[in-house]
Amino acid sequence: MSLRETPEVLLRHVRKPLPHDSAVKQVQGAAPYIDDLPEPQGTLHLAVGGAPKARGTVTRLDLDRVRAAPGVVAVIAAADIPGRNGVAAHMDDEPILAEGTVAFHGQPLFAVAATTRDAARRAVLLAAIEIAAEPPAVTVDDGLATGERVLPDYAFVGGDVAAVITAAPRQTSGTLRIGGQEHFYLEGQIALAVPGEDGAMLVHSSTQHPSEVQHIVARALGVPDAFVTCEVRRMGGGFGGKETQANPWAAIAAVAARVTGRPCKLRLDRDADMAMTGKRHDFRVDWSVGFDADGRIAGLDMLLAARCGISADCSQGVVDRSMFHADNTYFLPAFRIDSRRVKTNTVSNTAFRGFGGPQGMLAAERVIDAVAWSLGRDPLDVRKANFYATGRDRTPYGQTVTDADIGLALVEELERTSDYRARRAAIAAFNAASPILKRGLALTPLKFGISFTLTSLNQAGALVHVYQDGSVHLNHGGTEMGQGLFQKVAQIAAEEFGIGLDRVRITPTTTDKVPNTSPTAASSGTDLNGMAVQAAARVIKGRMAAFAAETWSVPADQVVFQDDHVLIGNQRVPFGELARLAHAARVSLSSTGFYKTPTLHWDRAKATGRPFFYYAWGAAVSEVVIDVTTGETKVLRVDILHDVGRSLNPAIDIGQIEGGFVQGMGWLTTEELVFDAEGRLLTHAPSTYKIPVASDVPADFRVALFDGENREETIYRSKAVGEPPFMLAISVFCAIADAVEAASPGGGLRLDAPATPEAIVRAVGPFDPVAALAAALPRPA
Amino acid sequence: MARDWVQFIRGGRVVRLRAFQPRGTLLDWLRLEERSTGTKEACAEGDCGACTVVLARRRDGRLVYEPVNACIALVGQIDGAELITVEDLAGGGPLHPVQQALAERHGSQCGFCTPGIVMSLFAHYHRPDRTGDRATVADVLAGNLCRCTGYRPIVDAALESCAGDAADRFAQDAPRRLAALAELDDGADVRVGDDASFFAAPASEAALAALLAAHPDATIVAGATDVGLWITKKLAPLAKIVHVGRVAGLDAVEDRADALVLGAALPLARAAPLLARLDPDIGELMRRFGSEQVRTSGTVGGNIANGSPIGDLAPVMIALGATVELRRGDTVRTLPVEDFFIAYGKQDRAPDEFVRRLIVPKPQPATRLRVVKISKRMDEDISAVMGAFALTLDGDRIAEARIAFGGMAGVPKRAAAVEAALVGARLADPAVWRTAAARIAEDFTPLTDQRGSAAYRSQVATNLVVKVLAEIAGVPADVTRVRPREERARVAS
Repeated sequence: MSLRETPEVLLRHVRKPLPHDSAVKQVQGAAPYIDDLPEPQGTLHLAVGGAPKARGTVTRLDLDRVRAAPGVVAVIAAADIPGRNGVAAHMDDEPILAEGTVAFHGQPLFAVAATTRDAARRAVLLAAIEIAAEPPAVTVDDGLATGERVLPDYAFVGGDVAAVITAAPRQTSGTLRIGGQEHFYLEGQIALAVPGEDGAMLVHSSTQHPSEVQHIVARALGVPDAFVTCEVRRMGGGFGGKETQANPWAAIAAVAARVTGRPCKLRLDRDADMAMTGKRHDFRVDWSVGFDADGRIAGLDMLLAARCGISADCSQGVVDRSMFHADNTYFLPAFRIDSRRVKTNTVSNTAFRGFGGPQGMLAAERVIDAVAWSLGRDPLDVRKANFYATGRDRTPYGQTVTDADIGLALVEELERTSDYRARRAAIAAFNAASPILKRGLALTPLKFGISFTLTSLNQAGALVHVYQDGSVHLNHGGTEMGQGLFQKVAQIAAEEFGIGLDRVRITPTTTDKVPNTSPTAASSGTDLNGMAVQAAARVIKGRMAAFAAETWSVPADQVVFQDDHVLIGNQRVPFGELARLAHAARVSLSSTGFYKTPTLHWDRAKATGRPFFYYAWGAAVSEVVIDVTTGETKVLRVDILHDVGRSLNPAIDIGQIEGGFVQGMGWLTTEELVFDAEGRLLTHAPSTYKIPVASDVPADFRVALFDGENREETIYRSKAVGEPPFMLAISVFCAIADAVEAASPGGGLRLDAPATPEAIVRAVGPFDPVAALAAALPRPA
Repeated sequence: MARDWVQFIRGGRVVRLRAFQPRGTLLDWLRLEERSTGTKEACAEGDCGACTVVLARRRDGRLVYEPVNACIALVGQIDGAELITVEDLAGGGPLHPVQQALAERHGSQCGFCTPGIVMSLFAHYHRPDRTGDRATVADVLAGNLCRCTGYRPIVDAALESCAGDAADRFAQDAPRRLAALAELDDGADVRVGDDASFFAAPASEAALAALLAAHPDATIVAGATDVGLWITKKLAPLAKIVHVGRVAGLDAVEDRADALVLGAALPLARAAPLLARLDPDIGELMRRFGSEQVRTSGTVGGNIANGSPIGDLAPVMIALGATVELRRGDTVRTLPVEDFFIAYGKQDRAPDEFVRRLIVPKPQPATRLRVVKISKRMDEDISAVMGAFALTLDGDRIAEARIAFGGMAGVPKRAAAVEAALVGARLADPAVWRTAAARIAEDFTPLTDQRGSAAYRSQVATNLVVKVLAEIAGVPADVTRVRPREERARVAS
């Protein structure tokens, strides 16, 4: 049998733009999510009561009226948790249910189990809760003032950056505030816990990390991990919001199921979901830069301060990743990339597509824009002048960028195909003649490091069975949240066995088939699980080929799996027939598969190593128009060129690129999280929190895949695509800043994210519409 | 004797509900009672559209297909309609064209919004006057949030599948379905429940007035696009529901030479084309008003009666000089819309009184209208500031000014000081613009909330006065607006 890669022209499934595996079911409402599953007999429904204050001591938690409410079967508080009251796998800094003190507004205090969801929700309102409140730290600035951190400060330092900046021909500096973001997965958090024998628990959880849910539930119940199974077939969106944030709801459901002996379902309503679960970290970034007359950076000093909320959660990795991307595609000869993981009395912030990368990258692009504004040069020229290149290729974390030529070629191609220079000139002419409306243009590149920066997570397992009829059961540790992972991996499995996709049965992710899995996160789902499935398939193929070689007396390398058949010398045996014969000859047709990413090493203490297997590259050009009197914007045109290596499925990849871009655009324009001074989230539903709608997508939207391949040995030379395209949207923010700068020189530096209408008006600063419009009055004939 | 059940058509059969929670939503009925789980709940406030279903109704002798947010519609509201959900389109057979196109063109990723999108596009597919451009499809989908795809493939799928005439099995079966709906249309008063707790849908104004007189503590519900949220979000224990959607004539339209008279129960979707004829800006406002689902259910009367300081209709009505007609028992009275709003949360309406009609005077030839809505997101968003301007000119001077703002006070309110600065002044005089705009500070002391700070609201309102005066004085709107006024003439209908 040959394990060589199938020649490109013979690929039957891989590289094909096939639809999502569940598309036909989804359009009929026939793809079940957890709330759609038939409820086991006697299922109870839960609702959660949260803290009415952001910080203080609980002086009274009287739940008698709750217990007495119609339909209520049980009330669960911290004391009812038989095992450990903690939501975090590796820390002990956040409870499932608060006890004694509360640390953020809405923090879960108790849960009600009732015969209907309506009864549970109504009962929650009857709790008598009194808090001796203390003033909360709400904003990053509040948290910086208290000096409290969830984790220690951490920096990358190279050279004497202060001296380098001072010695540089020119300097500029600024502060950029970057807002957080609500995931707004359409399917809210949900778990259904079904008790089993001997204290076992089956938990259906909408989670990106079933193994962690399993572990947290087991710990809360006080049983070994092996007594808990966590299963998920699909999520209605994740985006990082179900990496750790599914844990508490699964744990509460499981504890309630233990206490009542009945199946318990907990589905948060949208407002509770938004108040009680973490979001993208908002940042305050203070920076100063020294550079020369060409805009080439000599040194960058940047402090990234992130609002982490009450606990560490994912903040180590998130803020580290903001640091890893504070260079974006630019070489920094001297640098200090410093960070603060600021503790606040807000919900603990968490993973969200890009995992800190977007914030670091946005800060980098603000620095580049500021350099360009200061010199009066086109920011694109400054971007190119600072691009990583041979000899200027060492990142602030010690990894060498060996493929910057991909990024630069991509940028230059996009510059050409988007007609950037001509449009730049046209916009300048438009702005000179337009008193109220200003246009802006920006081309921003991206380089995104692929791998979990916690090296141990870069592993995956799979379980593949071939049945006697030749059909294949496919299982792996990755979870499906809409990104098309299951489809891509099924294509890989079908390709490997040379069979049709209809012979591959995709099955739910469950901890009792593939154990000890990593979260489906860091864009790594296909890279890791695709390889693990390929490995499992090759074990089975190897056994089948050996059997065939022996039976038909041909060398094993003359056994080829293709077109639903196995070619054995000059024999052509249907795949199913060979499976039947192999089974009869007592050949095992089931195998696990395992993969770990090679070459990774990362010494965080010394801030050096190779944390990333490879980089994904991309670039976007956005053109916008703003109204300086109202701050309204419109994105007029967007051109994207993105590097996915050799695509496994171009339709799914383009879906990730477009979807990621639009989600990023929302983060930087209309999506604004507003907390009041008491730490209460005011924007806790779509009526007040505005993600993009169809009309926000530019009418002129041109998306293309860069023609290239992964230089590293990844699955079919593809590249990860989940997160990187999110950062293409930075071009929209920079284009808005460009327009603000055109309206009001110096204003660009004042623009904070998100660039809401109000933020734009504030950045423009004093503006006299009377004078501007009087000049536009038609002259009397 | 009132009919003591609610009836509708479902899967070709008549469903009769004789006992149900009066405040029960259609979505809960589908998911918890019928156990049809294709329709999803994602926000429970009518914003995201994941719960979109279609109600087919008979109107003017033909079938209309209306998308509705099932999460905030009360189950009793669907009396007399055919309920169509995502499970019904293929019905075990081949996919519907919109389903087929969405699946093939990669219009679903996580799939949770997909059923709602399918149903919005299914309604669009059956719209006889639909046009096939991206902007129209975006309007149709403004009330359907998708967090995965970025919408492009969904819009492509819509353009492909909605290109020709409707030819699905619903269209082929239309005569039989029309007949079935006609049979349900009994013109009866509906009253399900007892005196302590009921869902009622009177069929006449007299019955409505009598019911409210007997139960002044009942909650009047028209489209439930606001009351629905009291139920799903505040868990309001509403026991007595009086639905006005069956009242004969309460949705009537009278297009008089001098005025447009709109029945209180007229859905915003049907009012939109009529109002758009008054001015392209009003057409644009109606296009941006909520979403297709919200406009289908929400009514002109409801938008005034609920007294919201950020309802978009009120400032327009005040600027146009509209009056509201109320009825209590047999007594009918009218008052200017601006006088209806007394204070935040307080309107000039007795508990047993209902809004009957709006009388909207048509603008004079010398009157210039402008309506500007500012919101964080362009479509499907609540206004931070909404300004409506009606200036009546006399030569180069302003003879009369009626200017009203939403979002600037506890009620929709006239900008009296600005108006006073304008009356008699020369329109094309920038000094007048400056003086008048500065008067915003005298008229309003807005609040800071999640939609905007007080300072931003004041500044925008001030700037809008200048912009509108400049536009009326001749500065072209493609100089003053991100979406030019000419572009707004294209009206969602």
